[in-house]
Amino acid sequence: MGHIRATHLGKAYKRYPHRWGRAAEWLGLGCHHTPHWVLHDINLDIAPGEAVGIIGLNGAGKSTLLKLITGTSRPTCGQVEVGGRVSALLELGIGFHPEFTGRQNVWNAARLAGLEPAQIQACMPDIQAFADIGDYLDQPVRTYSSGMQVRLAFAVATATRPDVLVVDEALAVGDVFFQQKCFERIQAFREQGTTLLFVSHAMSTVYTLCDRALLLEGGHVTCDDEPRRVIDLYNARLASQGAQGELQVATGGEGDAPVGSYGNDQARITGVEILHNEQPVHALPADSEVTVRITAAFQAPVADPHVGLQVRDRRGEILYMTHTHGQGLRIGPVSAGAVVQVDYRFRASLIPGDYTLTVGIADQAMPGGHVRRSLVRRQDAAGFTLTRNLDAPHWDGLCNLAPTCRIQRINEGSPASG
Amino acid sequence: MSLALSLSRAWAYRGFILSSVRRELRSRYSGSLLGISWAVIQPFSLIVLYSVVFSNIMRPLLADHDAPIAYTVYLCAGLLSWNLHSELLSRCVGIFVHNGNLLKKVSFPKLTLPAIAILVALFNFAIIMLIFQGLLLVIGYFPGWVALAALPVIAILVTFSVGLGLLGATINVFYRDVEHLLAMVLQFWFWFTPIVYTLRILPDWVADLLVFNPMVPIVVAMQDIFLDARQPHWPSLLYPLGLAVLFLGLGLLAYRRLGDDIVDEL
Repeated sequence: MGHIRATHLGKAYKRYPHRWGRAAEWLGLGCHHTPHWVLHDINLDIAPGEAVGIIGLNGAGKSTLLKLITGTSRPTCGQVEVGGRVSALLELGIGFHPEFTGRQNVWNAARLAGLEPAQIQACMPDIQAFADIGDYLDQPVRTYSSGMQVRLAFAVATATRPDVLVVDEALAVGDVFFQQKCFERIQAFREQGTTLLFVSHAMSTVYTLCDRALLLEGGHVTCDDEPRRVIDLYNARLASQGAQGELQVATGGEGDAPVGSYGNDQARITGVEILHNEQPVHALPADSEVTVRITAAFQAPVADPHVGLQVRDRRGEILYMTHTHGQGLRIGPVSAGAVVQVDYRFRASLIPGDYTLTVGIADQAMPGGHVRRSLVRRQDAAGFTLTRNLDAPHWDGLCNLAPTCRIQRINEGSPASG
Repeated sequence: MSLALSLSRAWAYRGFILSSVRRELRSRYSGSLLGISWAVIQPFSLIVLYSVVFSNIMRPLLADHDAPIAYTVYLCAGLLSWNLHSELLSRCVGIFVHNGNLLKKVSFPKLTLPAIAILVALFNFAIIMLIFQGLLLVIGYFPGWVALAALPVIAILVTFSVGLGLLGATINVFYRDVEHLLAMVLQFWFWFTPIVYTLRILPDWVADLLVFNPMVPIVVAMQDIFLDARQPHWPSLLYPLGLAVLFLGLGLLAYRRLGDDIVDEL
């Protein structure tokens, strides 16, 4: 139960050059359509209980793949096999009818999911509580905001634990409290063995929920790996899109640069050093000063170069990023052969752990702290470990807010009455 | 996918079908002030209208019937059957397009949707037929046991309308013209069927054309049963029966061949 197996799965939509082509085909007057392939030769084997994120640009075929897996659309070639009951939120909904009330739609959807009236009756209070839309439950769905629709849709889709849960972008609409609630429910299902298929453009969600990710590009699965590597590759592809000429994006093969690195022959990053007390280090105490020294060498003239830095945690989530333009600085035009050194000096206000640095060079500052063209990116060019700093105040969490703390005893009470 | 398989899959969703029928009936009648009476008011207001306008012209043409109510009985027998035909046809034709949102997001047997439409239409028809029978009893026109002969006639009518509707529904997904065309076709079709008038008033050449209209034998059979209290001329029903089977076959064939493309096109 809960496995998903796709073999040589492909989907093509029929395209007709003119309106009458289809009718002519029905009447047996030859073949008039050209197949428009949106998915090619997809092979997947997802084990029960796995949580798989699917990422990719718009039009990469993500939604089509989910439709094939849930069975709403039929594959043109190949096979897909899904074990157990599937619950899906495709394109932000589960097919609510706008004229029916929320409650009627819940019944409709639950009956379609195969629930018996008694079960629906039993689930109703839970659905009501989870969706938390109050009196709107008895109003027509057309009066709902998109957030309310998603709340109700998610509540119904997860009213009973499915063997496979498919969620397409749906959570992006809800507010942060609702998202939390959804994540908790998804996590609970996963612990009980539900397989999760998840499409999102919010990479942090993929980090949080998934233990595997697929990158879809032009209908092909181009990367199937742990989320961190897949997301790095995806981000690199995104960033390199505005770049001049062909950029070679590393995909993590043998002897390759880390996944997601790319570059061209205009500029190179020749050094990334981590300095603590003017000494190169690999480990340093948390909450102490650190300097990241980046050396950039230019092989061709660049009009307005900028050097950037990302700090990422062990899971690959970006904790901080900036570049010289963002800091309000300007390197100025450089000619071929120029070497520039940029120092970022900061307090490592992070909890003890392992961190990596990704550095890059871009050309041409834009208003709003953006840069136009990315030239070079070195994914995880250097790393450091923060150790527990016994001299600094103890704290936990993601970032050190370095508060000033003050205590006032308002009333002493009486010791006798205690 | 074989037909038997898709029908058995649809059967597995009978719970969904029944609750949808119940909801649709409830929402149709509970949302309005007069509720279920609307199902009756609409056809009967038409009947009253036609009776007032045409009664004096048409009554002399109904052989052996002098009672002023005879024309109204004639009208009811034809119009109620026609309404069933027209409701089935127009509901079926739009069924996939109007439920596109659901079909795109949930995987379930598509044939459940026409099944819901058919059951709702039949329920409405049953109510109105019961009222019609009550009326016949009151005015002393109840035909007795021969009324049961209406059941096979209605079965042929339903098969014909559903077959044509299913064929139209599938084509309508790809060419939405079908839906627009249908409204117009139904208008013409109605007036080319002897419901308001009798076959006898037609010039011969028009009457000759009408033999191609499969609704004519059906409507005439209903009029025979309820006005003249006699068995319909069964052989005349072979033509609509043949067409009904043909269209149902074509409709199911089209659905089988194109069913997988429906969701892609919606």
